[in-house]
Amino acid sequence: MTGPADGSREDPSGDPSGSDPSGGSPSGGDEAIDPDIDLRVPAQRAEPQGRVLAAVAAGGALGASARYGVALLWPAAPGAFPWATFWINVSGSALIGVLMVLISEGGRTAPHPLVRPFVGVGVLGGFTTFSTYAVDFSLLLDEGEAGTALAYAGLTLAGALGAVWASASVTRRAVDGRRG
Amino acid sequence: MNWLLVVVGAVVGAPLRYLTDRAVQTRHGSVFPFGTFAVNTAACLLLGALTGAVLAGADASRLQLLLGTGLCGALSTYSTFSYETLRLAERGWRFLAAVNVVASVLVGLGAVRLGSWLAGELFG
Repeated sequence: MTGPADGSREDPSGDPSGSDPSGGSPSGGDEAIDPDIDLRVPAQRAEPQGRVLAAVAAGGALGASARYGVALLWPAAPGAFPWATFWINVSGSALIGVLMVLISEGGRTAPHPLVRPFVGVGVLGGFTTFSTYAVDFSLLLDEGEAGTALAYAGLTLAGALGAVWASASVTRRAVDGRRG
Repeated sequence: MNWLLVVVGAVVGAPLRYLTDRAVQTRHGSVFPFGTFAVNTAACLLLGALTGAVLAGADASRLQLLLGTGLCGALSTYSTFSYETLRLAERGWRFLAAVNVVASVLVGLGAVRLGSWLAGELFG
């Protein structure tokens, strides 16, 4: 798609809202905060619900299956640091940083409209988990492993936030470099 | 069979996150990610209840796969939470980013403990 809404790439000087170097874009946009669904982005407000929900469900099944597989291969003993969930959440956060920069700032053409619902909302949302993180934190506290519990809670936060920041920065630099 | 339970839970959980997020945003224009906060808290409450039921002696291994690994795992998300926190900070709302982190973890932990306590009262 090379409609006028996508004009910031071809004609950087002609972008009326050009204060932000990331520019406007058809699917992500510099307005967006929420990668799952952000109603400030007109294209996401108008998403066809049936196909989007099917893509989210299919991606979610894939992501959750991968998480289940990792948990089977790498089970955490009671009272031990839950490394499997830690790496799932850190890697999923790193991947969403790459994905969202590519989608919202990446190319000359708009990505397929189902890429964000399938990969971002579905696969990565289904792969990562906040509920298991909170339950494991709580269980470690109950088991008297306060040190491990706090280390787990803090390292997951630091790892996930550091990963999404680093991956978004590196991807942004790569996109800007390719653009010249 | 076990894997199928996870898939069925996730096929419901992931779209439920998307629809809840959408519904919350339709009502609140705020930049604070209330939608993700809501689904993560709800999933923590449910998974806390499941864990509490198992600790109280309920045989819920299939329910754990269907509702725990599948539904709660797909309903809740860490990747979206991380990215939203980054976006808030990048756009200058550093205080909201910090509030999102602290509130998500503390309210999530509180929801787990509330769910676990409720299940203990029911099954204990």
